[in-house]
Amino acid sequence: MRIEVASENSFIIYFNDHIAAHTSAQIGACATYLRHSMGPLLIDLVPSYASLLVIYHAQMGDHYQVKRLLREALAQVQDESASDGKLIHLPVYYAEESGPDLALLAQRANLSIEDTIALHHNMAYQVYAIGFAPGFAYLGEVDKRLAAPRIATPRLKVPKGAVAIADRQTAVYPSQSPGGWNLIGLCPTSMFNPQQDPPMPVNVGDQIKFEPINRSEFLQQGGDEQLLLEPIA
Amino acid sequence: MSIQVIQPGLLSLLQDAGRYGAHNIGLTTGGPLDRQAFEWANRLLGNQLDACAIEVSFGGLQLQVQADTYIAVAGATMPLQIDGVDMDLWTTHRVKAGSKISLAYAQHGTRTYVAVAGGIQTPSSFGSRSTVVREKIGGLNGGKLVDHDILDCMPTKQLQRYTLPPNLRPQYASHVRLKVVLGYQHALFDRPTKQLFFSSTYTMTDRADRMGMRLEGPNVACGTSQMLSEGICHGAIQVPADGQPIVLLNDRQTIGGYPKIGSMMSRDTARLAQLRPGNTVEFCAVDIHDAHNLNALAAHRFQNTQLAAIDG
Repeated sequence: MRIEVASENSFIIYFNDHIAAHTSAQIGACATYLRHSMGPLLIDLVPSYASLLVIYHAQMGDHYQVKRLLREALAQVQDESASDGKLIHLPVYYAEESGPDLALLAQRANLSIEDTIALHHNMAYQVYAIGFAPGFAYLGEVDKRLAAPRIATPRLKVPKGAVAIADRQTAVYPSQSPGGWNLIGLCPTSMFNPQQDPPMPVNVGDQIKFEPINRSEFLQQGGDEQLLLEPIA
Repeated sequence: MSIQVIQPGLLSLLQDAGRYGAHNIGLTTGGPLDRQAFEWANRLLGNQLDACAIEVSFGGLQLQVQADTYIAVAGATMPLQIDGVDMDLWTTHRVKAGSKISLAYAQHGTRTYVAVAGGIQTPSSFGSRSTVVREKIGGLNGGKLVDHDILDCMPTKQLQRYTLPPNLRPQYASHVRLKVVLGYQHALFDRPTKQLFFSSTYTMTDRADRMGMRLEGPNVACGTSQMLSEGICHGAIQVPADGQPIVLLNDRQTIGGYPKIGSMMSRDTARLAQLRPGNTVEFCAVDIHDAHNLNALAAHRFQNTQLAAIDG
C-alpha cells in the first residue's frame, strides 16, 4: 500500500496494482474508517478499483496530519479480506428486443443466447467504482467468454436501465446517455434517483446479483414499454 | 422577489460554491470556475461568499428584476448596462423594480459573475445549487438558463454600496503561469519529460469547457497508457497517449484512467478559466508547503482588502 500526493488538498492511496477481492474489501473498510477518523477534515472520498482518493480541508489540517490519519487507517484495514458490503439483487429482462448486442455476444462466445444470459446472471459482481455519470456503477468481472470490446461507433442514445458489457466490466446505465458498451438487457430498477434517499441502491464494496425476469415482469416492475416497442438501434 | 431571464446569452449557469461530499455516487463538484471573481461579487453585496450567483460565459445575458434590489458584477470585462446606462463592474448597484440588466460580450476574459443581494434562492440538490449540465443536476431543472426562467431571490433591505478600487481588480492576461503540485503518476514521467513540461508554452485549444481544458504543445507522454481508473481531483493534469495535457476542472468526471503528472493549484483555475482558445499557459512546479502558504496568503490578502464605500 502506497500513499501519494494527488493535489494541494488530496492524497491517493494505492492498495494494489491490479483488481482483487481483498483489495476491494480494504478500500471499503478504509473509506468507512476515514469517514469517522477524519470527521469535518474530510471533504470527499473517491473509492475505485485499487485506490482511494481522499480530499481534505487544507485550511483545517495540514498534509502531515492527514497523512498520519491515512497511515493509521491503513494499519487498521491491513488484514481485511472480506467485504462487508451488501448483496443486492437487480432484475434484468434479457432478450434480443431489450439487448440488441446479445446475439453478437453469444455468437462470439460460441454459446446459445440462453447460455450467454445464464453466464451473465449466474455470478455475483463486485461494485468497484462509481463515476462517469451520476449513479454509474462499474461492476466486475464478467466471465472471460463474455468480455467484449466497446462497439466501434458509440450509440448516441443508450436507454436508462440498459445492462451492458465492456471488456470484463458490466453496468446498468442510470440514465439515458451516449455510450459504447454492448447492450444485453434492461433493468427496471432505477440506479440513480435524486429524489430518493439514498439516491442509489448500491455502494462501492457491495455485491450485485442479476435476476432474470420475463417481459411481463419487466413491465410490472416499472420497466418502460416504449423501449420494447421502439427497439434500441 | 424574483429575477426574470430575458436573454440567457451563450452559457449562463447558476453556481454556488459547488457540491461536496457526493463523489461516492458519481457527482462532480461544479461551482464557479473563477472563484475569486465569484467571491468578490458576493462580498460587494455583503452576501455569504458561497451564495448562488450566475456564471456568465462569454456574455449576452439580459435580466429584468421584479422588485428593488442590489446587484454586483465581477469578472471578465463584459460591458454592463442597467436600463441602457453604462455601469462599472466590481461595484454594488441599486436596481429598481422593472429594471433591465444587460451584459454584452466580453472583450477580455470569458467568465463574469452576476450576484444578487441575499443570493439566488433556487432549490438545492445534494447540498448545492450549482448546475452541472452533463449530470442534469442543480440550477433550474439541471440545465443552463433559458428565456423566461424565473430566479427566486431574497427580499432586500437597504445596503451600503461598495466598489473594489480599480488597482485591486484582477487583470485577465492572455498568458498565465499555472502552479502545479507534482503527484499521482509523476514518477512515471522521466526527468527530461518533466523538464520539457515545465519549460514549454502550451496553447489553449477550442476543446475547453467546464470539464477541462485541452492544451496543445510539446509531447509529454509518459509511455504508460493502461491504468486502472482512479479518483480525479480538481486541477488534475492528465496526459493521454498523444502527450497533450488536459487540465481537469469543476465539471470533470470523478474517475478516469489516464496518467497524471500532478495537479494545478485550485486557485489558478480562476486565471485558466478566463483564457480563450489561442491563449497560452506555462506550468511551474511548487511543493505542497508552497501551495499551502500561497493559499493562506491569498486568503489573508482577500480578508484584508478594503472595499471603498460609495455614498448614496
